[in-house]
Formats: sequence, C-alpha cells, structure tokens
Amino acid sequence: MSGFVPILPQERQQMLAAVGISHPESLFDPIPPEVRWPGGDTDPYTAPAQSEMTVIRELKALADKNASTASHACFLGAGAYDHYIPAAVDHIVSRQEFLTAYTPYQPEISQGTLQAIFEFQSFICRLTGLPIANSSMYDGASAAAEALLMTIRQTGRSKVFLAGAIHPDTRAVVRTYLEAQNFIVEETPWPSAVLIWPADLSGYAGVLVQNPDFFGRVHDLASLVAAAHTAGALAVASSDPISLALLQPPGELGFDIAVGEAQVLGNSLSFGGPFVGYLAARESLLRKMPGRIAGETVDRAGRRSFVLTIQAREQHIRREKATSNICTSQALCALKATISLALLGGSGLFEMAAQSAAKAVYLQQQLVATGLFDAMDSQPVFREFAVRLAGDAQASAESTLARLNAFLLAKGLIGGLDLGTVHSSLAGCWLLAVTEKRTRAEIDHLVAAVHDFFARAGKEASV
Amino acid sequence: MRFHPDQTPDPDTILVFERSQSVRPSRLLDPSDVPAVDLTHYYGPAARRQPAGIPDLAEPEVVRHYTALSRKNFGVDSGPYPLGSCTMKYNPKVHETLASLPGFAGAHPLQGDAASQGSLELMARLEAQLCAICGVDRFTFQPSAGAHGEWTGLLMIKAYHESRGEHQRNVMLVPDSAHGTNPASAAMVGYEVRQISSGPDGMVDLSALEAALDDRCAGLMLTNPNTLGLFEKNITRIAELVHNAGGQLYYDGANINAILMQARPGDMGFDVVHLNLHKTFSTPHGGGGPGSGPVGVKSHLIPFLPVPIVAQTAAGSYFLDYNRPQTIGRVRSFHGSFGILVRAYAYILANGAAGLREVSEAAVANANYLLARLREAYDLPFDQPCLHEFVLSGTRQKALGCSTMDIAKRLIDYGYHPPTVYFPLIVKEAMMVEPTETETREGLEGLVEALLAIAREVETQPDLLHDAPHHTPISRPDELKAAKDPILSR
Repeated sequence: MSGFVPILPQERQQMLAAVGISHPESLFDPIPPEVRWPGGDTDPYTAPAQSEMTVIRELKALADKNASTASHACFLGAGAYDHYIPAAVDHIVSRQEFLTAYTPYQPEISQGTLQAIFEFQSFICRLTGLPIANSSMYDGASAAAEALLMTIRQTGRSKVFLAGAIHPDTRAVVRTYLEAQNFIVEETPWPSAVLIWPADLSGYAGVLVQNPDFFGRVHDLASLVAAAHTAGALAVASSDPISLALLQPPGELGFDIAVGEAQVLGNSLSFGGPFVGYLAARESLLRKMPGRIAGETVDRAGRRSFVLTIQAREQHIRREKATSNICTSQALCALKATISLALLGGSGLFEMAAQSAAKAVYLQQQLVATGLFDAMDSQPVFREFAVRLAGDAQASAESTLARLNAFLLAKGLIGGLDLGTVHSSLAGCWLLAVTEKRTRAEIDHLVAAVHDFFARAGKEASV
Repeated sequence: MRFHPDQTPDPDTILVFERSQSVRPSRLLDPSDVPAVDLTHYYGPAARRQPAGIPDLAEPEVVRHYTALSRKNFGVDSGPYPLGSCTMKYNPKVHETLASLPGFAGAHPLQGDAASQGSLELMARLEAQLCAICGVDRFTFQPSAGAHGEWTGLLMIKAYHESRGEHQRNVMLVPDSAHGTNPASAAMVGYEVRQISSGPDGMVDLSALEAALDDRCAGLMLTNPNTLGLFEKNITRIAELVHNAGGQLYYDGANINAILMQARPGDMGFDVVHLNLHKTFSTPHGGGGPGSGPVGVKSHLIPFLPVPIVAQTAAGSYFLDYNRPQTIGRVRSFHGSFGILVRAYAYILANGAAGLREVSEAAVANANYLLARLREAYDLPFDQPCLHEFVLSGTRQKALGCSTMDIAKRLIDYGYHPPTVYFPLIVKEAMMVEPTETETREGLEGLVEALLAIAREVETQPDLLHDAPHHTPISRPDELKAAKDPILSR
C-alpha cells in the first residue's frame, strides 16, 4: 500500500458501491485486456514499500558516494558555480504555498507566485538594463537557443552567428534547437582564442556572444553590437547575472536580448540541475518572446494585481503557431534567485561579485607565480580563468591534469576543469573558478597542493 | 513601460523594490581576505557605471515580504487542487530533505565520474525502474519538463526517419483533444502539424487517422488516457495503422498516473514515451517548475538519445557516455534536473510495487466517485467510465448566465482550487477534474458539496458567481488592461 493514499481500500470500495460501482477492479475495464500488464519480475514490480527511515538511509548512502562542496573546497565552475546561498532562501521556498502550487492559472489565489515572478522579471531588467523579461527558461543554454530563435522570427533571416568562446553546452544546445528547424548556425572556429566575427553580418538574424566568456574573460563588446546593428542583425548577450553587478549591462551596450544562467543566485549545484535561465529583451521584441510573462494590472476594486499576460504567444492558445512549446519552466528556481537577490541587496551582490573577481585574480597570480602554469592571456577575468601547463609539463599534458585533479580530490579540493576533455587543442589547459566562498587559506592550500603534486611527479620522473 | 508615477502602490502589494532601504549592508558574506582589485580600472570600458538598482533590505523585512506573498498562494497542502491534466498530488516532505543532502545538492556536474558515483548510480537505478514501468528500453533524463521531453522525443523520431533516408516524413499527427504543447513541440522540430479529429465517443477517429496516413507521416502523438480521461480503446489498432504507414507513435505521459503499474505504453505500441516526474512521481510543481521530462524509447531509437547517458563499465562503475555518434545532441546543459530525479526515485522506493499500483487504483476510483456524484448537476459530453480524470461541461449553467469561469471563481470561495477550465478545446465550457489518489475523503466530499451548491446558486443567486471570488487578496484582475498596456517590470 502507498503511504500517501489517505482513503483505505475498504473505504474506497464502500464509496464506489454507494454510487453504483460495485466492483472497483472493473474501473480498469476501459483498458483492453491485450494491453493490461500483470506486473513484471524486475524492480519496481518486485519491490516492497520502504519506510521513510529506510529511504533516507538508502539515499544518504548514495549521496555519501559523491564528492561535494560540503566535503571539498570547489574550484570548478564552467557553467555551474558554488556561490553562497543565504540561509533564509531555502526556508522561504520551503513554504508549501510556493513549493506545491502550480503555474498561476487562477490569479486570485496565486498573487504570491505572480508577484514573485514580476519581481524576478524586474530584478533581471535592472541587472541587464533591458525593459522586459520573462518568468524563466529551463537553463542558460536553452535561453540562448530560444533567444536566437527570436532573432530569426524578428528578422526573417535563417542563420545566426556564435561569436567567441561560448560554453560548449550552450553551443551544442543552440545547434540542436536551430538545426531542428533547418536554421544555420555558424561560429568562430572553436576553441577560439579571440572574439572575432564576420566583417559582414548582413545575412545573419542574430549574433550571440558570452560575456564573461567560457574562459572567464571579459570583453569590450561595443564594436560587436555596432557591427550587428549595421547589418540589421540582432545582438544577443549571454551574461552571468552576478557579473552584471560589475560589468556594463547588455541593455546599455545596445544588446537587443540578454540571456544567462541564474543558478548562481540562490540555487545549489545539484549535479547540474534544476537550474534556471533568464531572458530579457527590448520592448519591440515582446510578442516574439517565449514563455510565461507576468504583468501588472488592477482588480475590479482597482487594487494592484498581477497576472500572466501577453499569452497569445503561447502554446496553450496558439498551438503550432506559438513562439515556443515551453509550458512548465523553472518558477521555484527563479524564486530562489529573487529571494537571494533581495537578501544580498545591491551591496551584497556587489561584494559577492567583487570578491569573486579579486579571488580569481589572486589565484591566477599565485598559480602563475609557481612557474608551473602560464596565464592563457592577459585580458581581465571574472571569477574564472584558464592557465596552461608550463614548459616541461606540457609534454605529458594529456594525463597530467587528470592526475592532478585526482590528487587534489584526495586532499579535499575539487580542482579545475581539464580543458583537454573539452577540446584536444586545449590539452594541458586548466579552467579554475573562485567564488566569494573560497577563503585565502583554501586558495593557498590549493596552490600548495599543486606544488606538492608536481614535486612528487618530478621525483617520480627522476627515479 | 517601467515607471508609472501616477500610481500609488497599495501597501499590501508593495514590491520588494518599494520597501524602505536599510542603511546597513547585509552581513551574509565574510569580508575579503585577498588583495583588493581596482575593478573600475581592471575592467576599463567594460565596467558598470551605474549601480543596478537593487535595494538593500534588512533580513526580517525580506522574510516578512516573501512570507506575506506566500500567504496569497494556494498549494496542494492548502486544500483540494483538482487541476485536470496536472496531477496535483501530495508531495512527500522527505523529498525535500533528500534532494538537499549535501552529497546531492553540493555535487558539481563536472567533478568527474569517479567523484559522482552516487549520483550516477541513482540515475541508473531510476532509469531501470522507469523502463520497467513504461515498457521501454532506455531513458534520457536531459529534458527539463514535459514539453521539453516532447520536443526531444520528436527530434529522435526525426533522426530515426532521416537515418533511414526517409527525409520526406515531415508531418506530425496530433488529435484535436491534445495538449497545446504537442503541436507546438512538433512545430519546433520543423514538422507540419495535421490535426486528427475525435469521434463522437471522444476517441481518435480511426477513419480520420487512416485518411491522414501517408508516406509524409512522421508519426502520431497521443495521450492515453486522453485529455477527456478516456482510454483510447483502439490503441493496438492505432499503433498498427501508424506503424504500417511507416510512422512512429509518441506517448505524451501527462496522464500516466491513471495506468501506473496497470498498463505500459511500450506494450501498447508506443515507440517514445515522456514522463512528467512533477506529476506522476510526485515532485513539487514549484509554482510552475522545475519539472523534469525524461524520455523513454524502444531499442530502435536508442542510438539517437541525447548525450550524455549513464553507462556502466564491465567492472561495475558508472560513467557518463558522450560517445554516441548518432545522438540528436544536447537539449540542455549538463545532465538534466538531477534534484528532481532524487525525489522521483525516493517516491518509487517509498511506494514499492503495491503502493505504485494503489496510486493508479485510488486515482481512478476517486475520479469515478466524483464523476458519479457530479454528473446530474453538470453536463457530461462524453459519457463513459473515466480513468484518472473527467471533463464536465458548463453549458447548462452558461445558458443561465454563468460561465465555467464563474463556476471556477466561485469554487475558490468554497476553499478549493478550480479544475482546469476551457480545456480540452473540443468541449464547450470545459471543466477538467483530476482529484488524484492523495485526496482525502473530506476533500472529495467537500468538493462535491461545493460544486453541487454552486450549481444551485447558478439558478438562485447567479451574482454570487459573477462577483466571485469574494474572499481572496484580489478580485478578478483586468487581464485586458494587462495585455493592452503591459507593465512587465518596475
């Protein structure tokens, strides 16, 4: 029996009998016998129900097999970051009224969700410098893909350009979304060392750029926006929302659409999901936007109220002519981001961003000072940077970083991303992220452990 | 669009931005212990010039603000939530505890297979369970929600046809009773959508289906039981027709709660199945996500699954397999909504075989009980035994001047979340009722009494309906104004 079914089978039988259904098993008669399934001999058909205590024990045993930010100091980023989550966030989102409600179809009993979405949209607008935003997307990658589909709808053109070092998952997701509809995706040769784009963008619907880019580098994007607009193409920025506390917002730079991954605000790493994408745009693109949008209005008594609006874009009304198929998105994750921003405030967000920048710079300098790594380039970085194995170590680069990361893991450190796993030409390159959560002691511990690793490797080599 | 100085905000609906700012900055973070960087100089022209306009508030103020917002919401724990097609069942609280275990919540998606064996093992176990439940051979956990799963499944169907050189197959058949996401997902893979009409019994009209089958047909998307809560009794024949025409059969799993452990889509002839873990497997709906929409396939479609999938070495350790040459690619970043998978896996463990079987038994029993109690007071356009949900029509009440929307709003006054209204599109003044298996006896009886009382009020005091709801934080909002003069941020 299920522990979550309040009415006992006997009572169920009595209730049904009272309304003339005397054989409960007949309720499944609409299913033709040839497709009824008597039950298999594998899990879960053979599984006994487990008590809550046992379920906790079983899952805890699985969780304990993972390394995590609870047991290790994490220097890994590459699209998922270990930022501080204010304690109050999880307490508020645990309130069942937020947690167990669904899409706010009935605004009179959903003002909490609707106002929270409106506040999320407003926070995103303030950070990006653009006037409209939607209620959330699945993640930053799918937000980028949907933004490029918007540029295609808006311009009537059928190809897009991905400029510079964009996260490989975003590049892949963009290809899946666009190529499914026979649109063309072109990009800077990957992995691109520099941010370049075609001299003439006139055939393109949109140009996507990530800033800070996949390697953490911060670019001056004014000329890219100008080139896109001269050619009648739309400019799309993918930006980390925390970085926008420090960096010029896409709207001010003239971007038409801004997207990004908002996991960094209040959402745990959770092995990669659920995450939450944001999508903001200039006003003229409103009716091309995907997803739910909350708007402000008044009720019959003239009181300020919030509703889902501009729904004539959406699948439940427009069906195959909708701007997107998206229905359920990431409302609770967006709520976490919203509450997180409210708790941090402008000063806390700035502090988080500034420390992430300063600590990344500090680690970069410390690693380069060991002589074991070279800096990849001299551009400013935010929170993340890549280094390349120096000199002799280069020769055996392929396995060195994998062994280094394994060595660090045993010392309580989650090392950087071995970029050789992303692209063979990046063998020997290491991508490290440092958030405000990392202390100087942890950073120094990492540098010392790196030293230690190469000292041992050197000894082994000389033996 | 952002500033409307003529409007004075109601103190009850004050936005977080409109609260008085605290003079002291938050003390959430440690002070920096590394050398400071002159950021304006460091970033040069790329540096932000004006602050973003995010207020500094004291924590008590923020917590009160969002607690007040939460009190304006209705959740599954607030009371009956018979929102048809959405399966608003109770979400066990332990799921939240489990998903926030540090080993899960603090696991980085790229920390490597060796450091992620617990996550990968959970995914492998859950995949095996879902395969057995659905009668398919493999699952992907990449898709983030049901619609995302539909689109992923259709991409695999498209890749399958193209691998066989059948590039001309670009028409997807969708019943007129289907969820709006079905045709929208088909359009997003570049398919032309052809609508199949329902017969007088509410089922797929076989002759309409046969007429639509040709060598351009890529497949048929079907929800079974369908959105009327009726089991497509000709499913075996439908599968045969679609397959004989060279098409693939897609199962929209939105309604699988009805047949959990009783029948399997794979046995009915479906080639692709998506599940909404946030429906059937009881992960919280979160006010509109996060969900999870895993997609299962029969063996002939395995080569096309998105990357990565979880695999096992001969020695028994788990790894993420990216080396799949025929894959449709990636549909999102990383490996899917892992935190949702934790909850679904816990749900299956806690229920066991008998419990999962009771889920569908009780869901169907509750729906039939409600239907029997309500069928005299409201019209029932498709009069057949239902499975987990049923669709009433408010046409009789509409003739008396009260619309289905009025009925829905009046139900709020009685303390219940309204059913899904005006869907499916093939029923006029539709009310789609899905009580789920977790509803209490008290909840069911109360819902019946309320809907019967409302049917009487339509005849005696229709204004009670027209003005409803009466006791909510707001009365009916002006949706036309919201769309005509959009205010989308402040």
